[in-house]
Order: sequence, then structure tokens, then C-alpha cells
Amino acid sequence: MKKTDAKLYWELRNDMVRIRRFEEKAGQMYGLRKIGGFCHLYNGQEAVAVGFIGAMDHERDKVLTGYRDHGHALAAGMSPDAIMAELFGKVTGSSRGKGGSMHLFDPGKGFLGGNGIVGAQIPVAVGVAFAQKYRKTGGATAVFFGDGAIHQGAFHEALNLAKIWDLPAVLVCENNQWGMGTNWKRVSAVEDFSLMASAYGVRGERVDGMDVLAVRDAAVRALKDARAGRPVLIEARTYRYKGHSMSDPQKYRTRDEVDEYRKQDPIYLLEEKIKAAGAWDEARAAAQDAAADAMAAGAVAFAESSPEPAPHTIYEDVYAGRPFFMGEPAYAGRN
Amino acid sequence: MAVISYREALNRAMDEEMARDPMVVLMGEEVAQYDGAYKVSRGLLGKYGPERVLDTPITELGFTGLGVGAAIAGVRPVVEWMTHNFALLALDQVVNEAAKLRHMSGGGLSVPIVFRGPNGPAEYLSSQHSQGLASYWAHVPGLKVVAPANPADAYGLLKSAIRDDDPVVVLESEMMYGDKGEVPDGEYLVQIGKASVVRSGSGISLVAFGRPVKYALEAAALLEKRGIDAEVVDLRSLRPLDEETVMASVRKTGRAVVVDESWPAASVGAYVAHRIATVCFDALDAPVGFVSSEDVPMPYNHALELAVQPSADKIVAAVLRALYLEE
Repeated sequence: MKKTDAKLYWELRNDMVRIRRFEEKAGQMYGLRKIGGFCHLYNGQEAVAVGFIGAMDHERDKVLTGYRDHGHALAAGMSPDAIMAELFGKVTGSSRGKGGSMHLFDPGKGFLGGNGIVGAQIPVAVGVAFAQKYRKTGGATAVFFGDGAIHQGAFHEALNLAKIWDLPAVLVCENNQWGMGTNWKRVSAVEDFSLMASAYGVRGERVDGMDVLAVRDAAVRALKDARAGRPVLIEARTYRYKGHSMSDPQKYRTRDEVDEYRKQDPIYLLEEKIKAAGAWDEARAAAQDAAADAMAAGAVAFAESSPEPAPHTIYEDVYAGRPFFMGEPAYAGRN
Repeated sequence: MAVISYREALNRAMDEEMARDPMVVLMGEEVAQYDGAYKVSRGLLGKYGPERVLDTPITELGFTGLGVGAAIAGVRPVVEWMTHNFALLALDQVVNEAAKLRHMSGGGLSVPIVFRGPNGPAEYLSSQHSQGLASYWAHVPGLKVVAPANPADAYGLLKSAIRDDDPVVVLESEMMYGDKGEVPDGEYLVQIGKASVVRSGSGISLVAFGRPVKYALEAAALLEKRGIDAEVVDLRSLRPLDEETVMASVRKTGRAVVVDESWPAASVGAYVAHRIATVCFDALDAPVGFVSSEDVPMPYNHALELAVQPSADKIVAAVLRALYLEE
């Protein structure tokens, strides 16, 4: 193994551990009722966000996803403090306490949300790719969605548009095999989503979504194609350990099934590769784990100590400029 | 001052804004090579090219969502819906994306996009192609909604809509595309959120938007012959609503009839009537009158479809009731 490879592997491990520990902490805080509403955890799927988003150029590329968005947000470089504060509904949260778990945003990091309507982010993402092409930024857009979303008309309409206009978009279906409580095979005409690409004349690729290195390689290939005006569809086969959301009793699957997938845990698989390469360092791993725990604990402390948003802020962030009722003319046009 | 059609006024607005700002693009079904289903985009493809005037597939959800995405990433799209009837397929992208992205991102994103196309009753088209859907959009915070009732406002409101940093829905009228009116030769903007008193009067306020403004003016002419001096307020903007102008008119006249070509329940007109009744309670000499379409889907038969819609005669009847002069 080359030294540069070892460095990358350890970085990827660190990024995945950070997401895992953040999500475990979020789950605990949900249990303590510090977080309300829907909270969809990313445990088990870390290799997809880390493998793909880690291969992107954060200066010019953009990322959109659905409501299971904590992992993508962290992978895109969002502040864990701002995310946790948002989950707590605090004014210091990334959306000032208005978005919550499903709606994380950080335009400065190229992370454009956090979308709560299944599949609705896909046409929006293709529009972001349209802007990148129109403005000649050289950037590409990756949009993540699940095995439930791929059957929405939004997916099919957007993929067709991406193709006919040669847009720099990569559509990444994270097939975690359960659309809420429905097994993906019960509701899909095909058992390989990458096949759907052929209907629109784009390249489709299936990748092991538990293997962060395989996802990263697929991302590099897909982004190269996308930048050349060739959109790509990727199916990353993965698995979520937790319920659809925190309120899911998971009666649709067995403990054995979850345990079986835990044997292919993305962090474990990467560690095995590092060990096989002779680059394993127990102290380094422990240090990464401890840092991730401290990050999650620090985020909770930040969220806990942050103020609640003031009631008057309900009228803010609805329109550009000041709210209508506050006296300024509603017209906010330029010039 | 040139006399041009409502269609030409919209075209001129888009033409000027595309010339002014290279980030403005137009997309929709048949907008480019066909020159627009209603010819509103005539000539724009030749002038600005296929990168800025884009024919889309017939996928309202898809291209509306694409427009929203382009808007949050630096482009200022004008999305033409062939009609608002078909925009129902894109409702999610307007209500859950365009109207919510600024809010959900805590003010981090702007969505400068215009959704425009014909709305309201047409002729001989039955119920799927001939309906007033204003309240679908006017209901939603995060959107702005305008309804020009003449060529000058069509020009000035569309220009303002394109320059606005929030999503604006423009309700045009298929039946008014050929209407002509004076439009100043020089560039001007009509501020979104400002109503217009299009006829001054002292006896009663007729409040309308879009095509029914014409019926209100016709009704005012009929009333004048009977010695009744009606004021006509054209809302122009449904969201934000210019309550100041409406209430000032009603306080002056003491009576109001609201006209809306949508169905009565949960309509913009019903809301405006409610606001007048609440805000101007002390100034009112009669209950607020309301003329809407009948609460039925639009029939194909011409006599029936006319019977469904507001008309000058129906407005006159409502005015006479408000003046306790009912015959």
C-alpha cells in the first residue's frame, strides 16, 4: 500500500466514524426528547456519503439529498454544532431552528438541502446542474435519494431532462432496501436500479454501498462523465441499521437480517482493508473514535447552551428583505 | 404611448429583461421553436438562442423543479406553464420547494423564479382547461402572486416579477391575450403589492383582479346610467395584498362588492370580502357583496359556461343588493 493510500483510508475512516458517532448521539438526544419530530438516522450507510462526497470538488460542486441528511451534511463539511443545534430547534442551528432534522442547508459548503418530500430534490438538483452548465462554473451536482424515491415521476422526469440537456448531474440511489417498511423488491419492476439508466440513454452503475473505496471510485468516474455533460445514475446497495425514523418499531424485518448486514459494516470493512495493508494503528483508531465522540458531545453542549429563537422570527426568512407587515414595501426587486 | 396587446406586452417585458440580465432564461412547453402555445414568447428564440429559450418535454413537475434548482444556483428562470391547469402537476415543486427553500434554509437560499401562464375560464374547453386556480397559489406563504388585468400591468408586473428575489406566480388570462391597451414606450415597473384604483367613484367599491376587472368596469358603466357612481379597485397583486388601497376605497364609499372568477369556497375573493368586513366593519352600510363563478366545474356548452362565470349583469345585481335597490 502506498503511503498516500493509507492517508486516504484513515481520512475516510475518520469521516465515517464522525457520522456514526454523531448519529448515535442524535439518537440518544431524541430519546431524551431534546430532538422532536421525524429524525432519520444514517447508521450503516456512511460509506455512500463519505465515499461519494469526499471525491467531490467542494469549491464548485453541489450536493442535495432527502430527509436522511445528517451524513451528507457532515460529509459536505457542515458544522456539527450547527447541525445539532438545528436538531434541537435552536436559533444557532443551520436554519435558525426552522428546518430541523430533514432540512439541513449550508449553501457556503455547496450543501443545498435536506428535502422532506420523497424524490422532490431530484429535479431541483438537475436544475442546480443546469445553472452550473449555464454559468459555466465547471461544477457538477450529486443528488442522493432512496429506493423509494426512484419510482417517483420526479426521478424519471429529471433524469430525462438531465440527458436531453447534457447536464453535469449524478443521481445516486442509496438502496438501503427498505422504503420505510416496504422491501424494495416488492415495489420495483427491476432488481437492479442501474438498469433504469438505459431507458434514458445514460450510463448506469451499481456499486457496493458498504465499500467506501468502491463508492469513491464510482464517484470519480461519474463526476468525470458529468463534467463532460454526461449525467450518470448510480445505485449504491447499502443498508440502514436503524428504523426508517425514530418512531419505527421495525416489525417488518428480523434482528438476524440487521445482524447479517452489520458483518459488512462499512467502517469494519475499511478497517479490514487497512489491516490487510499493514497500515493499522490501534492508537490512531482510538484517537479518531475519541475525537468523534468529543465532536458529538461538543455539538450537544453547543446546542444545549444555545438560545431558543425569538417568537418574532416566525415572520423572517419567508421573503427577501423584511416581512410585509413590518412596513417596508413588499417589492424586493433589484434595481 | 403605443397601443399593444396583452400578449405583446408580456413578450416585450421578457424581451427587455432577457436583454438586460443574461441570467434570465425562459423554459416551458413549446416556448422556443413553436413561439409559444399562445405566442407570448414569439421571436425570443431567434433573439436569444436555444441556451436561453428552452423547449421542455411535457413534464410540468420536472421542468418546474429544474427551474427552482436553477434559481437557487444563480439563474433567474421564467417558467411558462402552457396553462395553470397543467401546473397542478407541478404543485409540489411550487408549494414545497419554491415557496419553502428560503424558509427551510433559514434565509440561506433565494428562489428568484417566475411561473407564468394563462389561468381562468376560457371558451368551449370544459372543466379541465377552463378554471380559475388563483387560490392554489395565493394560499401559500413564500410565494408572490400577481394577476395583470391590462397590457400596461402585464408589462410592468412581469418585469417586476423577473427582478424579484422571491418566486412569483403570474396569472395571465387566455381570453385577454388579444386585448389591446396603451403601454408607455419607456421602461417602467409596476410594484408588486400595489392595487390600482382604475375608476374613481363614491357610491360603492368594486374589487376585482384579472379578467373580472373588465366586467367590473362594464358594470360601473351600466351603473353610471342609473346614477350610481362605482369605484373599481384592481388588486393586481394577490400576495402580498394591498389592503391599504382596498380599505381606503371602502371607507370612502361605505359599500363593497368583490368579484372573483374562481369558485367561491376558499377563494381569494372570499378572503378579501372577509378582510373588508372585518377591517371596515364600522364604515360599511351594507354586507359585503361577492360575485364568484358558480360552485360547479365548467361545462362545455357556451350558454352554460357563461352562466357559470361572473358578468357585468351579475355585478350590477350585487351592487343593487348592497344599495338596497334590489329589483
